[in-house]
Amino acid sequence: MKRTVISLWALCFLFLFSCSNEKKLPIFGERSVKIVKGTDGIDRIDTVYKTVPDFKFLNQDSVYITQDDFKGKIYVTDFFFTSCSTICPVMHRNLKEVYEKFKSNPEVMFLSHTIDFKYDKPSVLKKYAQKLGVDTKKWEFVYGDKESVYTLAEKDYLVAVKEDSSATDGYIHQGWLVLVDKHRRLRGAYDGTKSEEVAKLEKDIAILLAEKE
Amino acid sequence: MRKYILAIVFSLLIGSIILSCQDEGQIEQAKYLTGGKDLYKLHCQNCHGENGEGLGELAPPLTDSVFLAEHKQKLACYIKNGLSDTITVNDVKYDGKMPGFKQLNDIDIAKLIVYITNSFGHKQGMYKYEQVAADLQNCK
Ligand code: HEC
Repeated sequence: MKRTVISLWALCFLFLFSCSNEKKLPIFGERSVKIVKGTDGIDRIDTVYKTVPDFKFLNQDSVYITQDDFKGKIYVTDFFFTSCSTICPVMHRNLKEVYEKFKSNPEVMFLSHTIDFKYDKPSVLKKYAQKLGVDTKKWEFVYGDKESVYTLAEKDYLVAVKEDSSATDGYIHQGWLVLVDKHRRLRGAYDGTKSEEVAKLEKDIAILLAEKE
Repeated sequence: MRKYILAIVFSLLIGSIILSCQDEGQIEQAKYLTGGKDLYKLHCQNCHGENGEGLGELAPPLTDSVFLAEHKQKLACYIKNGLSDTITVNDVKYDGKMPGFKQLNDIDIAKLIVYITNSFGHKQGMYKYEQVAADLQNCK
C-alpha cells in the first residue's frame, strides 16, 4: 500500500515537471467559444482567441502592406512618431537590438506604426528608417489615417495613444512592444523603455518560435 | 637659522594653500560631474546613449573631442535652445533636430557640460555656471 502511494507521488512529480518544462506563452485578449463539428461528426467546443484584424497601410516605400505580408510570421509591433523626443528613441534603440538578434530569421518581423498622421508621411518614415539603420523589408514603418491607426492601437493591440497639445511633442502614447504570433494572437507586451523587459521579449520570441503549431 | 625656519614654514603654508585650492576645485568638479550624470540620464541618454554613442544617424555621438572642444562656448546654447543644423561629428554628417531644454537653469546646464566634456573619453576640465549666462548671450 505504502509503496503504491509513493510511486503515485513520484508520478505526480513527473507530470509537474514535464508540464513546467514545456514553456508556452500566454494568449492575451478576450476570448469566446464556438461549436465546431469534428471530422467524426461530433460537436466540440473550441476557444476562439482575439486576433488582429485585417489592415492596410502605406510603408516607408509608399507601398501598401497588409496582414498578408505578415503571414506565417511572428512580429513585434509598436506605436511611435519620428519627432518624438522622449520615449521613442529609447524604444527603438532597444528594439533595434532585438532586430539585430533575429536579423537572419525570416520568421521574425517588425512593424512600427506612426501616430503622427499630420507629419510622418512615408518619405519621412523612409528617412527615419535609414537613419536608424534598419531600412529593410524586415522592419516595416507604416503610415495610416488617424482613425484606423488609433483604433488598431487601442482596440486590437491594446496600446493607448492620443493626440494632446499639452504633451511635450503633441502626442501621448505608451511604449509597449507587442508580440504577435503566427495566428495573429497577442502573446506578450513589453515596456520598450526598460532593458530588462526587452531582454524578456528576446527570450519570449525564441520560445514562441519553438512553439508547436 | 631663524630665517631658514621661517622660509620653510612660509613655503609650507603657500604650498598647502595651493594644494587645498586644487582640492576644492576638484571637489567642485566632482560634484558637477555626479549631478551632471543624473541630469544626463534624465534628459539626454534616450537619444545620445548611455556611453555617448548616439543613435544611428538620428542622434550624433558625444565622443568627438575635437567637436566638443571647438564648440565648447556653444554647448550651453545647444542645450538651452536645441539644435537644428547640419553638423559633422566623427566625420559623419547629421541633420537632425535636438529639442531645447528651456526648463534647465544655469547650474544644471553647467553640470551637464562638465559631465559630457569629462566622460566618454574626454577630459576637458571645469566649466563654471557663471560661464553659462555669458555663453547664452552669444547664441545666434
Ligand atoms: C530627441 C533626441 C535628443 C535629445 C533628448 C538630446 N539630443 Fe543632443 N542632439 C540631438 C540631435 C539630433 C543632434 C544633432 C542636431 C543637428 O544635426 O543639428 C544633437 C546634437 C548634440 C550636440 C552637438 C553634437 C555632438 O554630438 O557633439 C551636443 C553636445 C548635444 N546634442 C548634447 C545634448 C545634451 C547635453 C542633451 C541633454 C540635455 C541632449 N543633447 C539631448 C538629439 C538629442
